[in-house]
Amino acid sequence: MAGQTLYDKLFESHLVRTNEDGSSLIYIDRQVLHEVTSPQAFEGLRLAGRKPWRVDANIATPDHNVPTTERSGGVDEIVDPVSKIQVKTLDENCDEFGILEFKMNDHRQGIVHVMAPEQGAILPGSTAVCGDSHTATLGALGALAHGVGTSEVEHVLATQCLITKQMRNMLVRVDGELGLGVTPKDVVLHVIGVIGTAGGTGYAIEFGGDVFRAMSMEGRMTVCNMAIEAGARVGLVSVDQITIDYFEGRPFSPKGEHWDAAVAEWSGLVSDTDAEFDAVVEINAADVEPQVTWGTSPEMVVGISGQVPNPDAEKDKVKVDGINRALKYMGLQADQKITDIQLDRVFIGSCTNSRIEDLRDAAKVVEGRKVAENIIQALVVPGSGLVKAQAEKEGLDKIFVAAGLEWREPGCSMCLAMNPDKLGNGEHCASTSNRNFEGRQGFGGRTHLVSPAMAAAAAVTGHFIDVRELIK
Amino acid sequence: MNKFTLHTGIAAPMDRANIDTDMIIPKQFLKSIKRSGFGKNLFDELRYLDEGQPDQSCEGRPLNEEFVLNQARYQGASVLLARENFGCGSSREHAPWALDDYGFRSVIAPSFAEIFYNNCFKNGLLPIVLHDDKIDQLFNEAAATEGYQLTIDLDRQLVVTPSGEEMSFSIDDFRKHCLLNGLDDIGLTLQHGDDIRAYEEKRRQQAPWLFGAIK
Repeated sequence: MAGQTLYDKLFESHLVRTNEDGSSLIYIDRQVLHEVTSPQAFEGLRLAGRKPWRVDANIATPDHNVPTTERSGGVDEIVDPVSKIQVKTLDENCDEFGILEFKMNDHRQGIVHVMAPEQGAILPGSTAVCGDSHTATLGALGALAHGVGTSEVEHVLATQCLITKQMRNMLVRVDGELGLGVTPKDVVLHVIGVIGTAGGTGYAIEFGGDVFRAMSMEGRMTVCNMAIEAGARVGLVSVDQITIDYFEGRPFSPKGEHWDAAVAEWSGLVSDTDAEFDAVVEINAADVEPQVTWGTSPEMVVGISGQVPNPDAEKDKVKVDGINRALKYMGLQADQKITDIQLDRVFIGSCTNSRIEDLRDAAKVVEGRKVAENIIQALVVPGSGLVKAQAEKEGLDKIFVAAGLEWREPGCSMCLAMNPDKLGNGEHCASTSNRNFEGRQGFGGRTHLVSPAMAAAAAVTGHFIDVRELIK
Repeated sequence: MNKFTLHTGIAAPMDRANIDTDMIIPKQFLKSIKRSGFGKNLFDELRYLDEGQPDQSCEGRPLNEEFVLNQARYQGASVLLARENFGCGSSREHAPWALDDYGFRSVIAPSFAEIFYNNCFKNGLLPIVLHDDKIDQLFNEAAATEGYQLTIDLDRQLVVTPSGEEMSFSIDDFRKHCLLNGLDDIGLTLQHGDDIRAYEEKRRQQAPWLFGAIK
């Protein structure tokens, strides 16, 4: 019998029952809650007279709506009245049901997918859900993590289970060594360019091979974060010593004998060498250069040395329509060089790229340089209060500010522009976030997805440039 | 949840692949703490020419006359014809809430993004997958005939065209059962409460560090 994949091991070890039609009920060890997708779920519980099944399986923090400017006045001083109600509602719901919440001005507050691993709230071998599609991030920890909708948030609150179907397994193998200036973000953007935005639909994607084995936990989180942009609800990396070292000493990590027992169990959280995958994609690390998206879907991506595609070279009608529409929306010409794209704003942050290593990468590029004159605004938004504190300890904030970037409070910020951080109509932004959809960062805004190093390089030159020219 | 059994309604063709949930309902409308009222902002950036704001009346806003749902012939549409990978991106359930609130009962496409597909069933909205050829045929027929209506028979798993042609689709038995009867998943899952408790006890022995740690 063939061995098992990590996904199948995690799925089967959490199976409560399988229904006659093949759908399954799996047990969920952890749920992470935020203010946007939870209010209707709590309201549903109240209307049905239900209580959370297990309060200690939940942890919450507000992130999508919170202002990233000075906010010591607290929730009452959030200017947008609708955002204020949403953040307050999360506070009230967590207080009412006894759920641990890091409120807006708690130093542990942050973007859910940054805060939860940092706290050890999600552990290897566990299952987790969050009402946010980027929950795929947590698969980097060797956890089975699903992004879910609000009805499922309510379902997990009420039953501690998720109704789901076992997915198929895809292995994305990247072997070799990444070149200088090529980061985890470039790897995952390249992968999405290869398999397409729906290429992973129905699959759990495991990222394997030399590149991911050598990658830090933060890099792995960046990669798994964007599995959903390839259509996969789940991204995973097998557990190794790097994973185990990451969890030692975190606030909610097991301690004492529990730590030893946990490490023994976690060591088996790998795909067996003879495991069979339903699909395998192989990529050579040497083929990956710094990436930039030119269009309105993450699959519309090219290397920095490339150019905007020409619809005349495409045969498929749906694709041609997509390219034409994207060119029009983005205000770009076919065959234009990527390095000729002029920028208006820069955003360094989001659940994809707001961890300490991301900020170090960006700081290294801007140190001793100045933000270009045509850049209206360059934001650096750390992923959590703890990331912010660490960066300040290392003096990164001073480097950013000296170069003319703004240093902000933690939150989702301009990734989806639910708070006041947004693009103006027609503005081009070099963004370290995860989605370049129309209007995502502001009405009429034009997003180009890049790594933190590439965003920093764009900030100081005013257009896209191969970051390797600045860090040689 | 609303039941879905048999439905006949005008089909509106939205000829564009990879419609993401940001497009279905832009982020500024996600600040609501309610489940209803999203219909007037469905496809807001495609439907109107200005930038929509939450709590704003949509009467008098400039319409994008070219947008399919603004065309007179598709007024009252309740079946949306769409292209591949419909509903990709964000997990926001506000997307099916907005489609439902606008009056859609079903979306027919060659493929859907998974989270969106799943969210539809929780809200009495039926996502139907048909082969590309059938989708092309429906797009052509809808464009050719004003007032083109489709009938969807969930029990028989059929989409029926005005000429009587039947196109069958597949759906999980459990989801079909829930939709036909308007059943709430949570109530059904809680019927297996003993299984959940038994699993939980086993889990507590196996990974005690996952219990009682977060408080």
